[in-house]
Amino acid sequence: MKTKQFDIKKFLMNYALYVIMILMIIVIACISPKFLSLRVLRDILMQSSTRILVALGCMFIIVCGSADLSGGRVVGLAAVVAGSFAQQAAYYNKFWPGVGELPIIVPILIGVTVGGLFGVVSGFTVAKLKVPAFLATLGTQMIAYGVNCLYFNKAPNNSQPLGGYTESFSKLGTGSILGIPYLVIIALGMGVVIWLFQTKTCLGKQIFAVGGNPEAAKVSGINVFKTLMITFTVAGALYGLAGCLEAARTGSASSSYGLSYELDAIASCIVGGCSAGGGVGSVPGVIIGVLVFNVINYGLTFIGLSSYWQYVVKGAIIIIAVALDVRKYANKN
Amino acid sequence: MNSSQYVLKMEKISKSFPGVKALDKVSINIRPGTVHALMGENGAGKSTLMKCAFGLYHPDSGEISMNGEVVSFINTRNAMDHGIAMIHQELHPIKTRNVMENIWVGRIPYQKIAGIHWVNEKKMYTDTKALFEELGIDINPRQMVGELSVSSCQLLEIARAVSYNAKVIIMDEPTSSLTETEAELLFKIIRKLVAKQVAIIYISHKIEEILEISDEVTIMRDGHLVGCWPVEELNMEQIVNKMVGREMTQRFPECQHVPGKKHLEISHLTSADEHSFKDVSFDLRKGEILGVGGLVGAQRTELMESIFGLRPIASGTISIDGEQVHINSPQDAIKNGMALLTEERRASGIVPMLSVMENIVISNQTANPKQYKKGLFLNEKKRKEDAEKYVTSLSIKTPGIKTQIVNLSGGNQQKALLGRWMLLEPDILILDEPTRGIDVGAKYEIYCLMEEMAQEGKCVIMISSEMPELMGMADRILVMCEGHLSGILEKDDISDEKIMYLASTYDAGKEKKG
Repeated sequence: MKTKQFDIKKFLMNYALYVIMILMIIVIACISPKFLSLRVLRDILMQSSTRILVALGCMFIIVCGSADLSGGRVVGLAAVVAGSFAQQAAYYNKFWPGVGELPIIVPILIGVTVGGLFGVVSGFTVAKLKVPAFLATLGTQMIAYGVNCLYFNKAPNNSQPLGGYTESFSKLGTGSILGIPYLVIIALGMGVVIWLFQTKTCLGKQIFAVGGNPEAAKVSGINVFKTLMITFTVAGALYGLAGCLEAARTGSASSSYGLSYELDAIASCIVGGCSAGGGVGSVPGVIIGVLVFNVINYGLTFIGLSSYWQYVVKGAIIIIAVALDVRKYANKN
Repeated sequence: MNSSQYVLKMEKISKSFPGVKALDKVSINIRPGTVHALMGENGAGKSTLMKCAFGLYHPDSGEISMNGEVVSFINTRNAMDHGIAMIHQELHPIKTRNVMENIWVGRIPYQKIAGIHWVNEKKMYTDTKALFEELGIDINPRQMVGELSVSSCQLLEIARAVSYNAKVIIMDEPTSSLTETEAELLFKIIRKLVAKQVAIIYISHKIEEILEISDEVTIMRDGHLVGCWPVEELNMEQIVNKMVGREMTQRFPECQHVPGKKHLEISHLTSADEHSFKDVSFDLRKGEILGVGGLVGAQRTELMESIFGLRPIASGTISIDGEQVHINSPQDAIKNGMALLTEERRASGIVPMLSVMENIVISNQTANPKQYKKGLFLNEKKRKEDAEKYVTSLSIKTPGIKTQIVNLSGGNQQKALLGRWMLLEPDILILDEPTRGIDVGAKYEIYCLMEEMAQEGKCVIMISSEMPELMGMADRILVMCEGHLSGILEKDDISDEKIMYLASTYDAGKEKKG
């Protein structure tokens, strides 16, 4: 009897959030059976796609034992910058009037580069200047937002929402193949690539070691500075890519894009099993973490509940997730 | 005899940790108004016993009574309320607050005005002043604790203990970081406390001190009680014999290695940190085991970590095979064939949440990624083989190589870390307190490993605070004191007294320089 109870406790400890999510889906489906349809699934996946990229970037940083608050604003900056290079030649309110129509790869590369550069700055601040990650990335977050507003306010645009994207860029955001949206393919594809990188390469293993115990990693001959730099840069590039896709998905962009994405991403990581202390985290877990939140978002709206309830539910889930996480790892030390 | 003549009585205390029996039916009786010395080698169980008295540990069996009344402490606060205080070897004052706040923290005197508890600064100051005067301590109560010396912090701790009206004060190696004059002041205060019928339990390795200050001596060995004697009945030799007095035959492997030609040469190495080591020179031959002895604060760990590139060096050179090498990071050290098993297994050794396998292969995989490449990815088979090889050869007890390392016992974690370094096949293996906190069986296995490495012609450096270990394993012993190299003892010249002498004085080093 005693051992059985122990098992239940352990089970709840490990899977409580999945249980909650499944219960919520069941409740929502009971209230509104239409929730269980392919269209809803497609919508949820669409909405989750860019969030998955941000969360995966965030995961790298959390696994590395660090934190990143800059994600959301970097997404916004990348969206605006990429969007400004993805407009049709004849669009009336063109951001760069002199520039013609560019191939789709150009705005994407620019967006990813902008994100990557911010990653380099954050990484350097954390790894070399030893500024606590929380504050360092609070700084880069503000810088990203400031730069974004300045850029967005440049004449002749003067802070008007971007639009008039080229056909290929719009298609990236809205098109699909065999009914599966490109965005979903890209997000899950990146998920696979990152999963391979994290679990099958030497560098991926080093990131775990640095996050798990930086001192031990250093003594073992791992270049902690280099590892942190790579981690932050890869994360930044992922935010950049997410920004491009966000612009493409919505067919627009403005300096307010990406607001608080980083907090959702951190929450998704924690719910998805990353340890707030570093050294633990997996791609499938993080993707499920993102889906949990988007199912809640979508589901609550679907059954006609005020969207403000989302915040209450999300907040509660974060607290439960971290409280469980702390216990999971505290037991072992 | 009436049992209440003892202020503290611990009877048949036993305490086990996973894999180790730390205390086996140990009894100790403390009379009020005496200094009771508690002695034994490291690992004898002194600290464990005291932690049981202080409510940090709960004994598995046995009885603790105070003034004849049976007590059971659930935590340290509980113990303090009963009049027991403990001054730890490592102090943890709140450095950013002043002296008096540190003393009264948790029970700061207050005045109630309009229903609000206001800090009574004046009372706190006068109380502190009175307390210090009573003990003869000369510290400004308003001074920031961060500005105080280690010895002043220690006095502060004692004052704090007295302020709790402690009947029993446990001092764990209080003089290990004090100068002689500071120690004299401490003794003066101890005598004052004793005159007020306070009992002091005094843990120390310094035999002269014990003979000077204590009334009774309890000696422990390997978790057992050896006995308790009035100090008049003991002399230095008897104490050493009683502490060490175990069979030495099976503790160390037979020494069969033969030192070869000179391999590593350190000359005039000085740390970039001016409080750390200065002008240290020594060399090391292939197939030699060099012991490094000294007291806490001798900067031995700092020296070895600097050689390994973890700490910056101001001047001096490191040469291998006659050629100067530049080591600025552990990566450089590893490239030059070095390996360092650090002192703090948890802080800088294991990556707790990773598996035994990941923990073993991490260094070699980082230093020699080509060995582990299979196309774009890692060669899982090779990683598994490497990890399994050392799990088998070092007989690491683990359910499997995928088990999280944190679930293993201390000794097995240590062996896994040794495996990590042996996988690199280093020429120079530096071990910092390799057997600390692990049981006798695992110790012996680690000694055998060192012997094996030496036989293969590798250099082994072992920092140790355990005298028998140094004497049993080392070919030569380098002794440090307060950042200076105070002497290197050759094999035929090694003895307890000489090590102790060199560890507590660096005159020898001074003479050389002068």
